[in-house]
Amino acid sequence: MSQKTKVIEKEEVVIRFSGDSGDGMQLTGTQFSDTSALFGNDVATFPDYPAEIRAPQGTVGGVSGFQLHFGQMEVNTPGDFADVLVAMNPAALKANLKWVKPSGTIIVNEDSFTDKNLEKAGYDSNPLDDENLSDYNLIKARVTSLTKECLKDTELDQKSILRSKNMFTLGMVYWMFDRPLEHTEEFIENKFKKYPLVVEGNKMVLRAGYNFAKTIEALPYNFSVAPAKIKKGTYRNVTGNKATAWGLIAVAEKAGLELFCGSYPITPATEIFQELAARKDLGVKTFQAEDEIAGICTSIGASFAGNFAVTTTSGPGLALKTEAAGLAVMTELPLVIVNVQRGGPSTGLPTKTEQSDLMQAIHGRSGECPMPVIAASTPSNCFEYAYSAGKIALEHMTPVILLTDGFIANGAEPWRIPKMADLSPIEVPFAKEGDNYQPYARDTEKLARKWAVPGTKGLEHRIGGLEKMDITGTVSYVPENHQVMTDIRSERIRRVANFIPDVPVKGNDDAEVLVIGWGGTYGHLTTAVRELQAEGKSIALAHFHYIFPLPKNTKEVLKRHKKVIVCELNEGQFAEYLRAGFQDIKFNQYNKLQGLPFTVLELKERFNQLLEEK
Amino acid sequence: MTDTILKSHSPVNLTPKDFKSDQEVRWCPGCGDHGVLNSVQKAMAAMNIPKEKFAVISGIGCSSRFPYYMNTYGFHTIHGRAAAVASGVKSANPDLEIIQVSGDGDALAIGGNHFIHAIRRNIDMTIILFNNEIYGLTKGQYSPTSKQGMVTKTSPFGTIEQPFHPAELALGAQSKFYARSIDTNIKLTTELLLAGSKHKGTSIIEVLQNCVIYNDGAHTLITDKETKDDFQLILHHGERMIFGKNRNKGLVLGGNGKLIVVTIGEFGITEQDILVHDAHNPDPHMAWLLSNMSAPEYPVALGVIRDVAALSYEEKMVKQIKDVQAVSSIKCMDDLLNSGDTWEVK
Repeated sequence: MSQKTKVIEKEEVVIRFSGDSGDGMQLTGTQFSDTSALFGNDVATFPDYPAEIRAPQGTVGGVSGFQLHFGQMEVNTPGDFADVLVAMNPAALKANLKWVKPSGTIIVNEDSFTDKNLEKAGYDSNPLDDENLSDYNLIKARVTSLTKECLKDTELDQKSILRSKNMFTLGMVYWMFDRPLEHTEEFIENKFKKYPLVVEGNKMVLRAGYNFAKTIEALPYNFSVAPAKIKKGTYRNVTGNKATAWGLIAVAEKAGLELFCGSYPITPATEIFQELAARKDLGVKTFQAEDEIAGICTSIGASFAGNFAVTTTSGPGLALKTEAAGLAVMTELPLVIVNVQRGGPSTGLPTKTEQSDLMQAIHGRSGECPMPVIAASTPSNCFEYAYSAGKIALEHMTPVILLTDGFIANGAEPWRIPKMADLSPIEVPFAKEGDNYQPYARDTEKLARKWAVPGTKGLEHRIGGLEKMDITGTVSYVPENHQVMTDIRSERIRRVANFIPDVPVKGNDDAEVLVIGWGGTYGHLTTAVRELQAEGKSIALAHFHYIFPLPKNTKEVLKRHKKVIVCELNEGQFAEYLRAGFQDIKFNQYNKLQGLPFTVLELKERFNQLLEEK
Repeated sequence: MTDTILKSHSPVNLTPKDFKSDQEVRWCPGCGDHGVLNSVQKAMAAMNIPKEKFAVISGIGCSSRFPYYMNTYGFHTIHGRAAAVASGVKSANPDLEIIQVSGDGDALAIGGNHFIHAIRRNIDMTIILFNNEIYGLTKGQYSPTSKQGMVTKTSPFGTIEQPFHPAELALGAQSKFYARSIDTNIKLTTELLLAGSKHKGTSIIEVLQNCVIYNDGAHTLITDKETKDDFQLILHHGERMIFGKNRNKGLVLGGNGKLIVVTIGEFGITEQDILVHDAHNPDPHMAWLLSNMSAPEYPVALGVIRDVAALSYEEKMVKQIKDVQAVSSIKCMDDLLNSGDTWEVK
């Protein structure tokens, strides 16, 4: 048996697990990231999977990937390029080779490189035999046969044996990075509690992979990535969708209201709805509506009836909810509409990320129909911005759109768990029994009307989609009144700006280039800007979470930098929006529409180019 | 028991006048809606429910102006979506008494999906379906219940579409309560509204309503003084299906599974041969036959056609939440935040 010859210390590492959609790569990746987070690393993950549940086996289109980035420093992105690629079949190798760093390590399941699979993947010859991979550290492991061999004496059926081969590669990678197996062993014990044979089999294969990596000479060293220096506290891993769901529940608890969510399943937003459905213990009411329209309409009904109401969707679903969103604006009822953006238009790229619903969120309704739009930017701060969306909705009596996207919704990162006591209070403007209630009478600060909940004696009133008389709320077609009400609807949303924080700027006030981003591109933008700043470049970042209305310091921030570049995963919607509001500023753009996040590399290239421009 | 939880309040004394709002009623003179408004206000006063517990919810259309004329909580929503909004209201606050008002276009065309799904879920509310077989508010286009061949502004050469029978749609969605009335029969409509309110679950009350402007006389055979007794059969649970000016006509079931109109005293038919109405029969077969009868071949069935007990959606929802809460260790948000895999960074 050979000994470990060398331990190489690394600041950060990117691993990409890839295989057929049925190969269990999402699970494998999640296990590795959980183990690393428990070990104390900072972690960011990015699942990348096809829209089909079981896309044609062995084809490039059916490849499912899970990338994770962990380090001993702050990790903001899942990484551009992988140090290690695990490819369970030829298609996975073909689809992912371009994402491997030069001289990176590639682990392949050699057994799967059969003529048939090579042909399905579109290879003319076996890439393992030619020179193309000679620049990489290629590790050929006969994962399938070794798994079978390992389990040959068990009573497991062939299908279960083959299914556990992902544990073999996970074991190998655990050894490479000197990770303990305990967390995954516990996970297996819990997951397959009812099937002791499967538990034993999976654990055997995991250890077999670990020992195999330890033994073979292809791996003369392993890596160590020390724990990150992060703030004290209790941590957990969280995906953006889970954090969004929890943020909404937190709003209800803080406000002392019941939470109602009417929704229709749609990728990539469904997990929010599923998480809420699982939280009956916290009294959450979920209503799986017959369509997107009923999703928002049941929520509007619930809001009328006094619940904190939310609805969750993705771009095409938001389009269907449009008319009802207008009703919520007209009736001035609190409501949070979560839009987890995906590639569009139409069905588009359901499982891929994009930021192209910005204009739809701001303007996409009939009539003059303003509502606040805010955007989360990392998996864990989906909690914070869902909370903020709910607080604004309830305190200002308005529907609010919360934008996230497929990238942060499915991505996960360690999260320092907040305490409910530390969250800001929510004051709901209820009308009370005995009030001389007028449906459209308002407070002077926020211009919010009062919420008279059905069941309260003496506050009976009617609301609806027809224009209403100022103060009294009776139906009114009076021309001057429509002007008054339109102005109020606009002004009261503008006044939300008095209740939101300034946009923070990372970097110096006199930096030559100001990078502007919003939403889920935060991790890549902040990493690119930080790296350039470390190189001594004059660059700063202003990342927006409050889109409509904009923070009050926006103009001041924009004005003080010589060059401004707006980066977004669309054709320039935020840039257009800023141009309309700040006509004397020149906005450069960097845009990408590939269903993928930015890479730090391409951002740095573009920023350097702008820095060099005269 | 749930019944007492959901409607726990002391007796109240209200009159129909208490339910009239200060808004001027703007339906056309002679419109059938006026009669329904009267019936609803009468029925509400008789329900012994405090005024603030009512929520009247409508979509778009002539009849959907209804909430503005009611001095209760009311919501005039958007076209077709009233059943969805009402479903949310009831789920959020099961203590409320929901009256949902829709026309044939609102409930069966643009809102068809919400109509059938509200019924399927059995959400406890009363849906009043104003069926005038025409689009009134948009000034006279055919509706999903317009008779085939009818000439309207969008069918100048006659419609080529088969009409819906609303009852068939409701029964197909497993409706547990279906009743039918006529706008002019305020007494019957009031009775049916009370029965519908008492029923736990979605109660459909189809009101055959006359649009004096765009489809006047759509229901003449069953409303005209001369003919109505021969063309309407008012069903009462446990009573024989007898009708006619001389109370000598009745229904029997033929060997082919079809209903047959017979005359008592002819061909040896006696009263004992006439079918007895069983509104509580879980099997919807007879309800289907009765609700599908149309004049002039048959009398049109009015009254409570079907009334079968079942748990409502929100009863099940509340119970499920209580059951989960009883066994879960997660009692508040802090518990949830700290559940599962967590670790300390020191």
